[in-house]
Amino acid sequence: MVEVKIGLEIHCQLTGLQSKLFCSCQCDYRGKAPNTNICPICSGLPGTLPLLNQRAVDFASMISLALGCKVPDKVMFYRKNYFYPDLPKNFQITQYNAYGITSIGVEGRVDYGIKSTKIRRVQLEEDPGRLIYDTSFYTLIDYNRAGVSLVEIVTEPDFAEPKDVRMFLNKITSIIEHLGVGDTKLDGSVRCDVNVSLEGGKRVEIKNVGSFRDVEKALGYEITRQKTMSVRDIEIKSETRHWDEARKVTKQSRAKEEEEDYRYFPEPDIPTIVLGNEFLSSLKAKMPELPDERKIRFLREYELSDHVAQVLIDNKELADFFESTVKIYSSSPNEIANWIVSDLLGFIDDSKREEGSLFSGLRIEAKHMAELVKMIDQNIINRNIAKMILGQITKTGEMPSYVLDKMNASLIDSKAIISEAIESIFNSEKSAVRDAKQNPNAANFLLGKVMQLTGGRADPKIALNLIKTKLAVLE
Amino acid sequence: MPNHLYRLTADQVASGIKNRDFSAQEYISQILERIEKIDLKINAFVAVDKQGAAEKARSIDKRIHDGEHTGGLAGVALGIKDNICTKGLKTTCASKMLEGYVPPYDATVIKKLKENDAIIVGKLNLDEFAMGSTTEYSKYGPTRNPWNINYVAGGSSGGSAASVAALECAMSLGSDTGGSVRCPASFCSVVGLKPTYGCVSRSGLISYSNSLEQIGPVGKTVSDVVMLMNAIAGTDENDQTTRTTAIETIPNTMSLDRIPKYRLHQNNRNIRVGLVKELVEGADPAVSKCIYSAVDLFSRSDCKCEDTSMKSIEYALASYYTIAMAEASSNLARYDNIRYGFDSNPEEYEWNTYFAKVRNNFGEEVKRRIIIGSYVLSAGYYGKYYLKAQKAREMIKQEVKSLFEKYDVLIAPTMPILPFKFGEKIDDPLKMYQIDIDTVVANLAGIPAISIPVGFSDCLPVGLQIMANEMEEQTLFDVASSFESIVDIHKSPEI
Ligand SMILES: [Zn+2]
Repeated sequence: MVEVKIGLEIHCQLTGLQSKLFCSCQCDYRGKAPNTNICPICSGLPGTLPLLNQRAVDFASMISLALGCKVPDKVMFYRKNYFYPDLPKNFQITQYNAYGITSIGVEGRVDYGIKSTKIRRVQLEEDPGRLIYDTSFYTLIDYNRAGVSLVEIVTEPDFAEPKDVRMFLNKITSIIEHLGVGDTKLDGSVRCDVNVSLEGGKRVEIKNVGSFRDVEKALGYEITRQKTMSVRDIEIKSETRHWDEARKVTKQSRAKEEEEDYRYFPEPDIPTIVLGNEFLSSLKAKMPELPDERKIRFLREYELSDHVAQVLIDNKELADFFESTVKIYSSSPNEIANWIVSDLLGFIDDSKREEGSLFSGLRIEAKHMAELVKMIDQNIINRNIAKMILGQITKTGEMPSYVLDKMNASLIDSKAIISEAIESIFNSEKSAVRDAKQNPNAANFLLGKVMQLTGGRADPKIALNLIKTKLAVLE
Repeated sequence: MPNHLYRLTADQVASGIKNRDFSAQEYISQILERIEKIDLKINAFVAVDKQGAAEKARSIDKRIHDGEHTGGLAGVALGIKDNICTKGLKTTCASKMLEGYVPPYDATVIKKLKENDAIIVGKLNLDEFAMGSTTEYSKYGPTRNPWNINYVAGGSSGGSAASVAALECAMSLGSDTGGSVRCPASFCSVVGLKPTYGCVSRSGLISYSNSLEQIGPVGKTVSDVVMLMNAIAGTDENDQTTRTTAIETIPNTMSLDRIPKYRLHQNNRNIRVGLVKELVEGADPAVSKCIYSAVDLFSRSDCKCEDTSMKSIEYALASYYTIAMAEASSNLARYDNIRYGFDSNPEEYEWNTYFAKVRNNFGEEVKRRIIIGSYVLSAGYYGKYYLKAQKAREMIKQEVKSLFEKYDVLIAPTMPILPFKFGEKIDDPLKMYQIDIDTVVANLAGIPAISIPVGFSDCLPVGLQIMANEMEEQTLFDVASSFESIVDIHKSPEI
């Protein structure tokens, strides 16, 4: 078995902020007309100076603490110099670990399941603008995103399997969401570079995997590719590849650019930021509950099973939904949690999970879930009916009691009534009845006719049973 | 109406207009006439805003007539170095790269001047992106020295000093990265100040070397410079490197920012003066002679003057140029002609080749500094050059700090040589860099330094430099004002 080493570089926008990292432009650039969310500072006009957003420092410090990192007493910003049209100043203001100065977080550790991964560093930096490769001759530039706060999280190459990476990313997502510093569901708000090497082999970097879901796929592809090459004795080169989202493969990047020298040096326009113990303890006091703490509370307060609690806290929306439901109906937290984890999750369209809210397209709210579980507890409905009702309310947003009433009113489950309908169909559809006698599948045709006659209100199960019985006794 | 209003100091202009001795419009029309008449010879202005100046003068006169409030600089004609952003007025840094560039915002100092009702008459010539000591590296051609138009005016704020000396405006703003205000002030026989780093907002000053530079006032007298400092100094929410520790400050009505308040009182009683030996002895004898005789006169009053030594001075130039060029290489990277700049068709260019094509339009000196600056920051050389330069800077700071435990002010020549003829040093960059030896210390240490006229040698001006500890502008003004009254050489050139 060849050992695989995987490391990650995660970029996460601090969308929880109002304004950009160095100016007062909106952090929320999405959906705006190109180059309208800009000012002299973030478009790099001559003479402008960066004005550090203190809340971004708070947020980045919170992330660092949540990832178990050391936060230094003093932090500085550095300039990373390179020419690229999406950079208004042709340098990026970021952080750098050198000469005794570190970025905002270093040497952390994140546990997930029974495994853990070391965090090399967390740094705060500005997002570049966006290049839009028009189908025509031109490349267009939109600076609306330029200057949005970005936190870069770099792990040690501690992962051995893609599924560990997935679990780790779930945890990171949940931490970011719990801290309220970013909305990871927004398009492009989290991006990931991964590096993969086989035991003793060269390191291959895969850039710009646009969503966490694709990370696992990209890794799967890349590991298979490298293993195949190694089996065939083809040398694996140290290179940068790109993830082709459409074809789900990694592709070699264009001709290898020469080794870039970023000429890092301290940003003179931003004075050194002093953090220190007082800052950190006041920050810790303000920090929201983190997923790990929340899980422990779920186990203690609601006596949930470890697995169920884990599934809930892995996704803040799910955990919030659970707690909102318990707030309305507090008698059966366990029952509520089980319904959420084993049934409600089934209705969630997996493909949509990364695009919008977990519940996007579903109309269910906590009050529905609360009433549903209450009705089960009171023996008003059994589990099967509850499942049918759940399916209905996710689509319509109606209260379970209302759905139940409607079902009672509309469904014809009286055998007498249904038998009457069957009798009349058997009389009018003689040849179909003969066919059905030979071929049981044709019975569905007769059922259709019965449903038609009853305006769709007959209970189809009862109707089909009655049809089959009648066919069986027919000579 | 007096005939020579343009000769007045800013102080006299402000009170003359306030007391209705003459109107702002009368004064401004004389100033504009003066510019029209002599700037062809001097070339201090790169643009004159006749219409804006006339309109502002009209509105000031109206407000004075109506008994409304006017600012402390009401009516005073000011010129602005063309690397300070003025909303709606072209700001070019005397570079092809910013040809036609009109900033959409005012630098903080410009906002403050406008609040004080100063009249901005135009933009002033400089070395391209403030890189130079003679104003010869300007795309508009060199500024000439009003005392002898065959001589350089100094730089990089050549236009700022020459315009004041030639009576084309009452005061001006320059910027000083390694002596760029003091050098031309000395060469043109006017007063020029480089404030403490962080004392004046740099927001809107087009960066050459951010950790060294400050905007600085130029005037005919110390009193005028104090008046201008009171208008422009103070903390600014748009520049996080600004600070103030002045004892007396007044709050800004619009924000949390504080404005220091400086006063003018001559005071040299018990002042401890250190004469920086290395710099006086290293100067041209014509220069040091002037300095010695000024100090002689000065020390007859109640102050203690003695020779002192600044050993770290030998690292100053190397440290200064390494840091300045490193920062410049990064600051000037943004000029790629994508978002603003001169007309150039990008069609059929891949962006990298387009950048290369348009960036070839920087002048020779700017290119030299970008290349050297990139080199000293590059992997493998960073420790050898940039980091070493920072260490030297720290040493200089420490030594300066310890000198100010012994002395209230340090005195040196502003320039080691007299003004020289055009073309004399332009082909030898190293020779050109060496003339900054007396001024760079103040920038490296972040301390305030002022140049005041102390005499002439062969009809060419000599300036004396006074340095004080950081945030000690008041001490600087006290001593400079005493010197000014003792030496008393104020006169104007015949043009
Ligand atoms: Zn902005």
